[in-house]
Amino acid sequence: MTARSAATIASLVLLTFTSACTNFFEVPIETPLSPKMDVTAFRRVLVAGFISGGTDDVDANLETVRLLRSQLRTKSGLRVIEADVLPLAELAADKAKAAAATPAPSSETNNGGLPKVAADVQTSAPPGPAAAAAAAPQQPNAPAAAPAPEKIRSAKDLEKYQSIFSDVAFWKKIGEEYENPLIVTGTILFTPLQTAGFITRNVEQYDNLGRRTVVPQRLYMERKGFAIAPKFIFIDGRTGATLHTESTREEVLYNAQQNTPALSSYFELMDKVIPMFLGTLSTQKIRGTRVLLR
Amino acid sequence: MKMRALLPRAAAFAALLLVAAEPAFADARSTAKSQVDFGIKVAQNGLWKEAVYRWEKAAEVDPSYAAAWNNLGIGYEHEGRFEDARKAYEKAVALDPKNVLIRQNYDLFKEINDRAKRRNDR
Repeated sequence: MTARSAATIASLVLLTFTSACTNFFEVPIETPLSPKMDVTAFRRVLVAGFISGGTDDVDANLETVRLLRSQLRTKSGLRVIEADVLPLAELAADKAKAAAATPAPSSETNNGGLPKVAADVQTSAPPGPAAAAAAAPQQPNAPAAAPAPEKIRSAKDLEKYQSIFSDVAFWKKIGEEYENPLIVTGTILFTPLQTAGFITRNVEQYDNLGRRTVVPQRLYMERKGFAIAPKFIFIDGRTGATLHTESTREEVLYNAQQNTPALSSYFELMDKVIPMFLGTLSTQKIRGTRVLLR
Repeated sequence: MKMRALLPRAAAFAALLLVAAEPAFADARSTAKSQVDFGIKVAQNGLWKEAVYRWEKAAEVDPSYAAAWNNLGIGYEHEGRFEDARKAYEKAVALDPKNVLIRQNYDLFKEINDRAKRRNDR
């Protein structure tokens, strides 16, 4: 009797102890990060084009437009408009020239005494598919057939072109042509880099007994690579106003002996930039695990 | 001899008395536990909304049940309800401060929450 009771009590204690032990279950979760911009008002997106500069090895404008369009097609709920890429640098250069050539407001008002190109660009730069074709060179009265803009090599060079992004009328016109989409534009600076200096690397070493150790070692290295500095500007196609601006900078460096094509470096760098870009427009999910308890 | 035979019975009786003293607590905990268990099952099958509903019930029935608050924190996090998740995790940590698993979940959440805040601040 005593033994049986003792066993009962023992099993009760054991049961209590077992149930008191925390049971846990590891589960994968996806934490959604809401987009920085509210794009619910838009159903379509136009990646219009970029003012690009840096190296001549990559057409950063064209490549960025292509890449962003393909990313948006698969990773956002917006319909991507397929259109010719705007030569924004040329348009901005023309616009700047036209502004410089503008006489004082007191002078004749009919066409403002501007060359035709200036009037066109000022009121409504020809947007959309026609934009590239209708750019300055086609204008018969254009001064010296609107030469190509100066090469953009640095951020300072880019500053000259910034005014185009605040030209509400220009963007509104483009918006009208494409039925008021969200417009993505901005600047891209893709520049070669070269550095030399000491870097710390982990080096494997084996002792006499064959035991492996990893020791940090300082090495002098010459390295080269690329840096990318994109600035994405999101414009409301209905009003032409800038809704949001997002900029970042990434760089990649390789051993000086390594010959990495500029285009592959461009894509390597854009891989780092794309999540930030997409995070502006669409919900991004961060995968992780958590422990559920009972 | 008779005394020795009575001893286990007395112990069992005392235990029963102890349990009977807090029937409401025991009921609340077991109800909450069953809700938590069900929530875990459905969460493992991807039905997070249902799971959150169950854990909310569990926390409502037994507000001192740390596991329910912990799971609720995870559920809210999964739904992107960061403020609710933070409150739930904080409650869980306060109720069971020594639980490393709760602390670990909370730390991971904080990391993501901070990142989300930084994004919105920029």
